[in-house]
Amino acid sequence: MGIEGIGARVVRKEDKRFITGGGRYVDDMVVPGMKHAAFVRSPYAHAEIENIDLTKAKGMPGVIGILTGKELKADGIGNLICGWMIHSKDGTPMKMGAWSPLAIDKVRYVGDAVLIVVADTKGQARDAAEAVEITYKELDAVTEAVDALKPGAPQVHAESDDNLIFDWEIGDGPATDAAIAKAAHVTKVKIHNNRLVPNAMEPRAALGQYDKAEDHYTCWTTSQNPHVARLVMSAFYNVAPENKLRVIAPDVGGGFGSKIYIYPEEIVCLWASKKTGVPVKWVADRTESFLTDAHGRDHVSEVQMAFDADNRIIGLKVDTIANLGAYMSLFSSAVPTYLYATLLSGQYAIPAIHGNVRTVYTNTAPVDAYRGAGRPEATYLLERTMEIAARELGVSPAELRRKNFVTSFPHQTPVIMCYDAGDYGASLDAAMAASDYAGFERRRAEAKARGKLRGIGMSCYIEACGIAPSQAVGSLGAGVGLWESAEVRVNAVGTIEVLTGSHSHGQGHETTFAQLVSDRFGLPMEQVSIIHGDTDKVQMGMGTYGSRSGAVGMSAIVKALDKVEAKAKKIAAHMLEADESDIVIEDGALKVAGTDKTIPWFQLALAAYTAHNLPQGMEPGLKEGAFYDPSNFTFPAGCYICEVEIDPDTGKTAIVQFVAADDFGNIINPMIVEGQVHGGLAQGIGQALLEGTSYDAASGQLVTASYMDYTMPRADDLPSFVVSTTVTPCPGNPLGIKGCGEAGAIGSPPAVMNAITDALGHEDITMPATPHKVWAAAMKH
Amino acid sequence: MYSVNYHRANSVDDAAKMAEAGDAKFLSGGMTLIPAMKTRLAAPSDLIDLTHISELKGITISGRTVTIGAGTIHYDVATHTDLKALCPALCHLASHIGDPAVRHRGTIGGSVANNDPAADYPSALLAMGATIITNQREIAAEDFFTGLFETALEEGEIVTAVTFEVPEKSGYAKFPNPASRYAMTGVFVAKGKDGVRVAVTGAGDNGVFRSEPLETALATSFDAKALEGLSVPSDNLMGDLHASPEYRANLIVVMAKRAVLAANG
Ligand SMILES: Cc1cc2nc3c(=O)[nH]c(=O)nc-3n(C[C@H](O)[C@H](O)[C@H](O)COP(=O)(O)OP(=O)(O)OC[C@H]3O[C@@H](n4cnc5c(N)ncnc54)[C@H](O)[C@@H]3O)c2cc1C
Repeated sequence: MGIEGIGARVVRKEDKRFITGGGRYVDDMVVPGMKHAAFVRSPYAHAEIENIDLTKAKGMPGVIGILTGKELKADGIGNLICGWMIHSKDGTPMKMGAWSPLAIDKVRYVGDAVLIVVADTKGQARDAAEAVEITYKELDAVTEAVDALKPGAPQVHAESDDNLIFDWEIGDGPATDAAIAKAAHVTKVKIHNNRLVPNAMEPRAALGQYDKAEDHYTCWTTSQNPHVARLVMSAFYNVAPENKLRVIAPDVGGGFGSKIYIYPEEIVCLWASKKTGVPVKWVADRTESFLTDAHGRDHVSEVQMAFDADNRIIGLKVDTIANLGAYMSLFSSAVPTYLYATLLSGQYAIPAIHGNVRTVYTNTAPVDAYRGAGRPEATYLLERTMEIAARELGVSPAELRRKNFVTSFPHQTPVIMCYDAGDYGASLDAAMAASDYAGFERRRAEAKARGKLRGIGMSCYIEACGIAPSQAVGSLGAGVGLWESAEVRVNAVGTIEVLTGSHSHGQGHETTFAQLVSDRFGLPMEQVSIIHGDTDKVQMGMGTYGSRSGAVGMSAIVKALDKVEAKAKKIAAHMLEADESDIVIEDGALKVAGTDKTIPWFQLALAAYTAHNLPQGMEPGLKEGAFYDPSNFTFPAGCYICEVEIDPDTGKTAIVQFVAADDFGNIINPMIVEGQVHGGLAQGIGQALLEGTSYDAASGQLVTASYMDYTMPRADDLPSFVVSTTVTPCPGNPLGIKGCGEAGAIGSPPAVMNAITDALGHEDITMPATPHKVWAAAMKH
Repeated sequence: MYSVNYHRANSVDDAAKMAEAGDAKFLSGGMTLIPAMKTRLAAPSDLIDLTHISELKGITISGRTVTIGAGTIHYDVATHTDLKALCPALCHLASHIGDPAVRHRGTIGGSVANNDPAADYPSALLAMGATIITNQREIAAEDFFTGLFETALEEGEIVTAVTFEVPEKSGYAKFPNPASRYAMTGVFVAKGKDGVRVAVTGAGDNGVFRSEPLETALATSFDAKALEGLSVPSDNLMGDLHASPEYRANLIVVMAKRAVLAANG
């Protein structure tokens, strides 16, 4: 490892511009003649639109245009799609209700977009939006999935009776039932996974520009996957054909999944730009972010875990109801199915598993992938259940887990996934050592003497990253393939541009991807630029989510680098009159091994472009592209141990220690990996202790629509994390890497809740474990 | 934000005159008013900026009488050396308002005039029997804080200072709302020449109030032990997403104990 190569703690190249205010986000974009948009949104959770009166609004100062859903439809703009088809267990396709980018007859959640106002200034657009007079007929609303399934509940979409979108299953029901019937012990648990608001630091934004002369559209948008946005806007929303539509996702201030999807606003801004003849910019305010960014999680599950007399798990039965909100967002159907139930085996060898998932419409914001997407739900369910089982069986939670670990690989689970490599015992040992697990009872006694309740809890998580083999996901219903692309352009003087189809919105690609290239050719990192986020520059790519940029995106770069290297070696062999197999690349030069014959990298590049002396028949230039389609998911895993102290007088929980021992396979930049773990842990601890989204059941209003009521984790809510890694390289990709972007958020919530329930001595508490809830639970103790 | 006419006042009289026009509002730190305007919940026609009036700023101490200008920022109260020596509870309170940015903009006058039911200062002023001085009169804290975001201030009346006699002992303990970090329950205890006064903020459904059961118990013995086993009724306490009235009732006693411990050093 060089100072900038693979494994080096290189400081992030992009941070200087971010922390000095030099980042360029969508709201920083200014184009000539640009005007501003405001959306009129539904104040009701469920209502019919009886009349829209624009007379007053149209007369307001600065107004350029006010456009409705009817006009949008008349222009042939399509409804929003869900990109993953799921079939119910009876074979019927999911029942999807129409989602018009601007509501036409009915609004289905508070924040549903009804029309767009374009005006000279943002303030004028808002003033005019307030002057729009809409007559609504308010309907009863339903916000909880369980309630939406009850007979007589308000019906959100005509297409889905009883609000049931699909009733899907995975695994072997009869085998699981048989295991439960013959079990020595069955642990039964009800699990609630709270709803979260993603809260990216940068709110969503879109700038649509229609160029009449060229009949061409440009969309600057806060996207994690600009090419997918272009594909979907072109193929399904009929905004423009792909060659007439450029999508640019510049610096993006955090996504966490919420910026994967194509939302109504970017479609409407593009369309409105053509309609009004001016470029149209919209930037969400924080209230709009709370109301309309796709939320995460919101599951209710019943679990039965069956053990034999030797405490081995012999069966697992899970029945889940997932709230998908008012409309099916782009990947909403995949999250509670293939990203969730396929991980129900956890780190354990479980012979029989059955999972049933019902997804439900409610009058709430759409729910889709949020950091972890399905895997936190599976992990929380399993790891809470394991903990409770250990307490019921009177055995050590660590040993119950260890006894059931998968220990030989590859391991085929009963729920599709085939784990390729791992050493779960190693993570458990590392975490137990780092947390002084053995010394806990002494610390508990010491805390008790101070009047505090101390508890310890662990979580052994596994997740699936590097989404995903295209053929496999295609057979499961995905509308896209999940390969990644790269192009490596060596310039005539040897500097290098890497164009990646993945997208960085906090992950540090500009650094880690450059490290990879630097490592390969022995070039300084400053000679390598990483380019992403612009469909006019970069070849088709699938974007960044599901911790795929390393395992899939970098693998594509490796493939392209292989091709560049092969061609460079051919040229060098020709110039140095040596055999190709004797050429090595080191320290920025091509050398004939064992001799002093050498060509500096820049000279080789120049030779490729002057083309004066290339091998017979070789094309000039040094530029190669590659598409990489993974052969399997990757399986990061680890063990987290959390220790808490509760003040029984107030119910306040303090996390006094948090240990993370992760196996991410090989690591390119340990500092960036630790940063990803820290951020993930903050979000997971946020989910466990602080963050809870609350809708008023009667009115469907979002109660937690600002930071006055929605609790974001702050630095002083978190301890100094103790993180470490163990390594089993991933056998499935050339770098042996697994992915680290979501693990922290996946593994931490059950560790926190297991620690709290350990301290309290009973299980009756749901996330977020607010002081109020903990106090009430402590009172019952 | 709606468009608004901005006026900069150079004196209190100046500001009072400016306020006669339209639907005017005074601007101090803007930590409450500006967010309300940005979300279009407040829509004054005119904004009268008090932050450049020097007569509104500063802390004066004479004997045990403290006078704090309405325009004094929380940071200055929190870090005032002489005040800290005399009445550390108030400095402690100010140092726990919001975050550093809020403490460097927000003012005691703005906080008092706004009378947020979860604000910290009202409890201190009520417990210490402070007087709120305006450009027209002097109002006892008892009479000043009249309800949720309600005060005795008349239209156009300007808070210029607050003044109080430093009690023999005082202490403040706050349990912050996890999200907003305003007081979910804050208790200020003061032992002065008029006896023991205990004021509670963040918990009452009609704003800051004095707790009789706590005052009675502490009058007998100004010691946290005097509150052992005591409970206060949960009637007239706020219940919301973050805390039920019963939980707040519990927090009142717990915070009162901690405030007394702090007061007794
Ligand atoms: C993030 C955040 C966290 C906060 N946390 C806390 C907290 O923990 N505890 C707490 O107590 N407060 C908290 N606050 C509020 C803060 O203390 C403000 O300083 C206070 O509420 C208002 O003071 P201001 O100077 O900013 O007043 P402004 O916002 O300028 O004005 C508030 C109101 O008072 C009126 N007003 C202002 N000055 C006068 C005057 N001299 N005479 C008459 N009327 C006047 C204004 O017209 C307006 O109606 C927080 C605020 C923020 C933004």
